Amino acid sequence: MKPASGCLILGLVVACAILLFSAAYTVQETEQVIITQFGKPVGDPVVDSGLHFKTPFIQDVNRLEKRILEWDGHPNEMPTKDKTYILVDTFGRWRISDPKQYFLRLRDERSAISRLNDILGSETRNSIAKHELIEVIRTTKDRVPERDETLAEAPGTIGVLYPITAGRGVIEEEIFKKAAPKLKEFGIDLMDVRFKRINYNESVRQRIYERMISERQQIAERFRSEGAGEAAKIIGEKEKDLLEIESEAYKRVEEIQGAADAEATEIYAAAYNQSPEAAEFYQFVKTMEVYQEALGQDTTVILSTDSDLFQLLKKMKPAE
Amino acid sequence: MGQRIEIHLPENLADLRGPLRTILIGIAGALVGVGLFTTIYTVPAESQAVVLRFGKYIETVDPGLRYKLPFGIDTQEPVQVKRQMKQEFGFGTPGATNRDQYSLSGDEQEQEKSMVTGDLNTATVEWIVQYRITDPRSYLFKVHEPARTLRHLSESVMRTVVGDRTVDEVITIGRQEIESEAQAQLQKKVEQYELGLSIDQVQLKNVNPPKPVQPSFNEVNQSQQEREKLINVAKGEYNKEVPKARGEAEQKIQAAEGYALKRVNEAEGDVAKFKAVLIEYVKAPEVTRQRIYLETMKDIVPKLGRKIVIDEDAKQILPLLQLDAQAERRVR
Repeated sequence: MKPASGCLILGLVVACAILLFSAAYTVQETEQVIITQFGKPVGDPVVDSGLHFKTPFIQDVNRLEKRILEWDGHPNEMPTKDKTYILVDTFGRWRISDPKQYFLRLRDERSAISRLNDILGSETRNSIAKHELIEVIRTTKDRVPERDETLAEAPGTIGVLYPITAGRGVIEEEIFKKAAPKLKEFGIDLMDVRFKRINYNESVRQRIYERMISERQQIAERFRSEGAGEAAKIIGEKEKDLLEIESEAYKRVEEIQGAADAEATEIYAAAYNQSPEAAEFYQFVKTMEVYQEALGQDTTVILSTDSDLFQLLKKMKPAE
Repeated sequence: MGQRIEIHLPENLADLRGPLRTILIGIAGALVGVGLFTTIYTVPAESQAVVLRFGKYIETVDPGLRYKLPFGIDTQEPVQVKRQMKQEFGFGTPGATNRDQYSLSGDEQEQEKSMVTGDLNTATVEWIVQYRITDPRSYLFKVHEPARTLRHLSESVMRTVVGDRTVDEVITIGRQEIESEAQAQLQKKVEQYELGLSIDQVQLKNVNPPKPVQPSFNEVNQSQQEREKLINVAKGEYNKEVPKARGEAEQKIQAAEGYALKRVNEAEGDVAKFKAVLIEYVKAPEVTRQRIYLETMKDIVPKLGRKIVIDEDAKQILPLLQLDAQAERRVR
């Protein structure tokens, strides 16, 4: 009895264990589960994580992602409304919002990604074609750019932001609104679509480079000519200032000297004209001074004996 | 799992003997060991651990020695919350441990840094984003590949910010503003996306005009320097001459003023002397005149060269005198 019952109990326990392990399953935080019976989904999707049970053997667990998933589009070359060819690289976020639908229509992530590629790719193309390039580049309509002081008054379009009517955000929203309903039927909730990269295609890029170069060269030319102009101005100023300084000095000198001469003249005149005697005396003294200064070694004087000095040489009594 | 079943059957165990018993004890010991080993765990200092029971989130625990239910009922996942992580765009510092730190292919890096600015020019922008995990639960369970999503967001945000600025703002004057604007926008998006991250910093690295355009940008800088140089040379010349001329003008004026003083003083001196003498002269004009005359003559006559005194009646000999003899003598 003992070995037989032992074996029986052991068998029973093993059977129970197998049953238990076939019935129980865990759902991770990152998962949601669809239970299928012979391949057909049954019951509601299991979205709560933790330990769960199902009918053993005949039901299978299909695990789907519960987290938000990313969609990374391939860079695509497409024209804008103004016929500029650009490379557009987009990305988006999505999640499986209706696991049953998703499971029935797509089954796995790979086919979901391919659906997203199709739908988002064509919606992106449509939206880009409807807008000018600048609309995809800029976002804020009323932004006033800061200007480099040294480049102020620069020629052309330097330092200017082209105006927009919609902007990047609006176009992203447009693509999103068009694509989201189309994805809904696959059980996919599209959360958003964004432009990751936007670049010129190779030939456009060369044109842009050429334009940038010519713009910069214009600025450079302007700086050079400004420099020469400014220098000429300074030299001119220098010449003007020199002439002004010199002539003003001349004027002051003449004024000062003139005034002094006038004053001296006045002083002399006042003194010498005070009386007839003064005038006479002045004339006499001045004459004497002149003699003293004018006559010297190289002067030959011939004096006659009737001069005031030598009259006494001839007779004692001076002539009357 | 068969071993576990045998543990639950103690009456069987009692019957067993010899080698079988030893084996069973060994198995039980191993079970206890594994149980202990899967119960106790430590959370490292720079981390927090997320504890899951049958895959369901239970709690987030802080660093230290922790216990959980064994045998895979509870699992824990440590998340390095204190560690600052970095992503690089447009370049890569080799040796990173984090596989999302930079793009491996050079072509991808080129693509990352090439941007169109709001004036439809292009610029190459390299930048880094520094971030940390602030909410381990969101980080692990909300979003698939949060770090890669952050990379995409960062590129999108940087282009949005650059797209609203002119190439000059991007390259020179607007750098700081771009950094702070990008950080603010990125933080907002990260919260909206529930990545469980927080952005510590967005830093621009090399920001340049595209390679083929760089020489022309340098030319602008050069021409700016040239302009400054030309202006400085001219200013130098101005400064060399004008202050000197000012000084010289001042000198002339001072000299003129000196002349004026001298002139007036002399006049006054002359007049004072004249007046003094005049008073005496008026008292005896004849005598004074004579005296002055004679004094003057006394002074002059000795200094004269040739002195010829002739009789008033012999004026006719005058032509016979050799008046230029003295001049000749001097030439010799």
